[in-house]
Amino acid sequence: MYAVIVGGGKVGANVGRALLRMGHEVSIVEARPSRFATLETEFEHIARYGDGTEIFVLEAAGMARADVCIAVTGDDEDNIIIGQVARDHFGVENVVARVNDPRNQEHFDLLGVAPTVCATESILSLIEHEVPQHSLVHLFSLRRENLDIMEIGVVEESRADGATLGDLSMPRGTLVISVLRNRVGRVAAPDTVLVAGDQVVVIAEPGQESALMEIFASE
Amino acid sequence: MFVVVVGCGRVGAQVARGLVEDGHDVNVIDQNAEALQRLGGDFPGEFIQGVALETTVLEAAGIERADAFVAATNGDNTNLVIAQIARDRYQVQCVIVRVLDPARARFYEERGLVTVCPTRTAIDRMSEALRAFATADGEDA
Repeated sequence: MYAVIVGGGKVGANVGRALLRMGHEVSIVEARPSRFATLETEFEHIARYGDGTEIFVLEAAGMARADVCIAVTGDDEDNIIIGQVARDHFGVENVVARVNDPRNQEHFDLLGVAPTVCATESILSLIEHEVPQHSLVHLFSLRRENLDIMEIGVVEESRADGATLGDLSMPRGTLVISVLRNRVGRVAAPDTVLVAGDQVVVIAEPGQESALMEIFASE
Repeated sequence: MFVVVVGCGRVGAQVARGLVEDGHDVNVIDQNAEALQRLGGDFPGEFIQGVALETTVLEAAGIERADAFVAATNGDNTNLVIAQIARDRYQVQCVIVRVLDPARARFYEERGLVTVCPTRTAIDRMSEALRAFATADGEDA
């Protein structure tokens, strides 16, 4: 596989190193001269100097034959443009982009740059997972596939409390995939009995939150 | 008409002032508060200090009721992103983007944005002037 990484900061360099170790072909495009010098010492010809939002720079980096473009600069507008140019100008099928400011996530979604990774959001979801403030926590979004994976706490006296999964009539477009009890996760089966305090992991199409809350979290 | 101009530099400020002279309503966004001075003391529109990538800033400038939107910051990628937001999220009818890089200008022009590329204009005008000179010079010889 050939991966073009645009942005050679910590994220870009680490991803590049990992892909190289897996035996893939990699280019890392970096626009800052001093950062490029550092990268070149380690990566040699794999590091390429230039502004990765310039079409000719991407062309020289071989974007046209890339299997994946990884846009991980520190600027969200740059990552959006890199993603659009890679996909629509060079025909790269797989684009992965970094969202620096979670408030810009909606722009990536609107302009069709997906999938995205946002460190801030990931950290926040982990905190929610470890120290839940709400009974429903979004763990992971498969935006392009239009699916959400979330975790919901089973509340005492809710419809789910004491019910077997098979008997719960789950809303269409939702599926319980596992049940966490005492920090141990088990893949859900129709005869799994839920008790208050369990955490269920559900995969769902968007917009099912309130229906799910009604089953698991309303007394 | 009502126009939102983003980027109050030499280009944005003059475009905004010109529109006002023509009798249009104009609001201007720039991340630098001092940019306001370029509009002159008598500018009747609103000046919003902020980052135009933030929808709260765009909405404070009235993008939801804008007939036209001008993206003229000094960042090509910022301009291209906010122009697409204006067109695709807020359905602004007329969106004009300044893009210095001719290659990106052409690419996004093909994708339906109205791009203005000062670099392209400079290249064309300079080449034209030189060709005109070469032709005249050739005739003299």
